[in-house]
Amino acid sequence: MSIIKINNLFKIYDGSQIEVKAVNGVDITFEEGEFTAIVGPSGSGKTTFLNLLGGLDRPTSGDVIVDNVNVWGLSGRKLIDFRLHNIGFVFQAYNLIPVLTAKENVEFIMELQGRSKQERFERTKSLLEAVGLGDRLDSRPNKLSGGQQQRVAVARALASKPKFILADEPTANLDSRSTETLLDIMETLNREENITFIFSTHDARVMNKARRIVTMEDGKILSDVHV
Amino acid sequence: MIVSLSWRNVWRNKLRSSVIIVATTLGICAGIFSAAFYQGMADQRIEKAIRTELSHIQVHRKEFRNSNEIKDYISDADKLNRKISQIDGVVGVSNRLVIFSMVSSAETGSGVKIVGIDPEKEKLTTNIHQKLKEGSYFEEKRRNQVLIGEKLAEKLKVKLNSKVVITLLDVDNNITYGAFRVVGIFNTVNNAFDEANIFVRHNDLSKLIDLPPDACHEIAIYVSDNDRVESVKARVEQIAGDLEVMSWLNLSPEMSYLNEAMDLFMYIFIIIILLALLFGIINTMLMVVLERVKEIGMLMAVGMNKIRIFLMILLETVFLSLTGGAIGVAAGTMLSNYFETRPINLAAWADAYTDLGYDPFVYTSLNVELLINVTVMVLVTGVLASLYPAYKALRQDPSDALRTE
Ligand SMILES: Nc1ncnc2c1ncn2[C@@H]1O[C@H](COP(=O)(O)OP(=O)(O)O)[C@@H](O)[C@H]1O
Ligand SMILES: [Mg+2]
Repeated sequence: MSIIKINNLFKIYDGSQIEVKAVNGVDITFEEGEFTAIVGPSGSGKTTFLNLLGGLDRPTSGDVIVDNVNVWGLSGRKLIDFRLHNIGFVFQAYNLIPVLTAKENVEFIMELQGRSKQERFERTKSLLEAVGLGDRLDSRPNKLSGGQQQRVAVARALASKPKFILADEPTANLDSRSTETLLDIMETLNREENITFIFSTHDARVMNKARRIVTMEDGKILSDVHV
Repeated sequence: MIVSLSWRNVWRNKLRSSVIIVATTLGICAGIFSAAFYQGMADQRIEKAIRTELSHIQVHRKEFRNSNEIKDYISDADKLNRKISQIDGVVGVSNRLVIFSMVSSAETGSGVKIVGIDPEKEKLTTNIHQKLKEGSYFEEKRRNQVLIGEKLAEKLKVKLNSKVVITLLDVDNNITYGAFRVVGIFNTVNNAFDEANIFVRHNDLSKLIDLPPDACHEIAIYVSDNDRVESVKARVEQIAGDLEVMSWLNLSPEMSYLNEAMDLFMYIFIIIILLALLFGIINTMLMVVLERVKEIGMLMAVGMNKIRIFLMILLETVFLSLTGGAIGVAAGTMLSNYFETRPINLAAWADAYTDLGYDPFVYTSLNVELLINVTVMVLVTGVLASLYPAYKALRQDPSDALRTE
C-alpha cells in the first residue's frame, strides 16, 4: 500500500538575481515498509524535497498526499499536529533538547501526543533499548557521543508511532563506525518492525544499505531503483 | 514536562540568568525595604499625632470645629464621659476645653491653643505627661499651673516657674486674664505642635471664663487598637445624640493623606524598579530566543505547537523573574524585620525631620499586603517581558531553522 503520493511537486526560490528551482517537478510514491535513500550531490534538492514531504516547507505547487490526507491543505495548527502524529524526524544536527535526558527527550514527544504516563515510561525504555542505549537513559545529550545522540533521535522519531521516518543526512556528522551502527539499527527496525524510512545521504556506503535508491539532480529525479 | 523544561532552560546560561536574578533581587529588596522605611516613618508620624494630639476619636458640638468659639461647648459632658468609658475597647476618655487665644511673658506674646484638661484622664488618652523635659505634670495642688512646649518657652523666653499671662474672651465676650506658673516644659519632637499648644487644668480654665464645671469643647477617646476605632466610633455615635463624632482619619486630613500618599509613592517607586528590570529581562529573553533558533525550529518540526512554544518561553521568563523576585522579597522582608526593632538613626538630619513632626529614629514597618502585591507585580512583569521574545520565537520557520548550511 502506498502511504505517500507526490504529484508534480515544485519548490522555486526567488533569489535576488536568479530563481532557483530547488525541487523541479517531482512525481513519486512511497510504499509502506520501504527503506529508501535519496542521494545526489550537494545542492541537488534533497533537503528541500524532504522538507516539502515532511510538512516543514510549503511547496510552490504540487501535492503531498499522506494516507489520503493532502498535507499542504492543512493549516497552521492542524499541520503541526499532523507532523506530531504521522511523521518521525531525524535531522543532521540539533535533534535533541539539551536540558532533557535521553529518556526525557523520547518521552517528550509522547507527552505532546498526550499519551499516558505508564505507556510513555514503558515505550521509552524499550525504544532506547532497541537503539542500544538501555544504559544511558538518564544521560543528557552533551554526555553522549554524536552517534549515540542520533540513536536517541531515532528512538524519539519512533516514539510517536509515525507512519514513516524522514532523516536528512542523519550520518553526515558521524564517523564510519557510528554511521554503520546507526544504519544497522535503522535497517533492523525496518526489517523487524516494518518501519518506513526515507533518508538522504551523499555517502556511498550509506546508500548501499538502502533497498530503494532515488537519485536527484537539479531538483529532478534522475533515477529510482529498487535493489 | 514543559514546566521542568522551562525551569532547566533558565539555568542553561548560568551567568546570564544570575545577572538578571541578582539585579531583580537587589531591585525588589531595595523596593521593599524603602517601602517599609517610609511606611514606618509615616506610621510613626501618625502614631505620634494620635498619641500627642488627636487621640483616635473626638467628639465636638457640630459648630465647634469651624467656629472654635467658647460658647459652642458640650454641656453635661461628665455624664457622657462616663458612658463612653464603658464602651468595649475604650482605654481613655478625656474632656478638654479648647480655646484659641494669647499667652504672654514679660518679653513677648504668642497665639496658642489652650487646652484645659483633667490631668489624670488626659494621661489615658495622650502622652504629654511622658514628654516633659523639665518640671512635673500637675503634681502640686496649687492653682493655675501650665505646661508649655520647649519651643514656645524659647520664644517667650520663660523658664520653669516663670509666670505667663493668658488673655481670654469669656462667654460674654469680656476680656479676662489669668496668671499661670510654668510647672513643666515638654518636647514632643514636633516643633510645630510644641510651639502652638499649652496645657492647663480644666477647672482653672473653666473658672476663668465662667463655664459650668462639667462643660467641655472636645472629648478625646483613646482606643485599645487602631482596628477598633470604627466600631467604637459607631457606638459613640449612638450615645452622642447630635454631637459630631470623628476618627483621626477625618480629623486630620494631613494624616490620612500621608497614609495614602506613602502608599502611592511606594508603588510608583517599585513600578519604576520593575520597569527597569522589564527591559533587562526582555533583552535577555531575546538573546535566548536568538540562540535557540535551531532548537525552537526542531521543536516546531517534531510537533510542538505554537501555544506550547509560547508557554515554554513564557514560563522560562516568569521563572527567571520570579526567582529573583522571591529572593528579593525574602531579603527585603528580612532586612525590614531587622530594622523593625532596631531603629535607623537619622540624627544627622534630625532638625529637618523634627520640624515636620517626624521622629529621627525610624522603625521600619512592613505590611503583608505590600509583599503580596510586589510578588504579583513581579509575576506580571515576567509575563509582560515574555510577550515580545515569545512572539519572536513563534515567527521561527521550522524549515529555515533546520538547514545546517
Ligand atoms: N531558503 C532558500 N532560499 C534560496 N535558495 C535556497 C534556499 N534553500 C535552498 N536553496 C537552494 O536550493 C537548492 C537545493 O538545496 P538543498 O535542498 O539544500 O540541497 P541538498 O540538500 O541536496 O544539498 C540549492 O541550490 C540551494 O542553494
Ligand atoms: Mg541537504
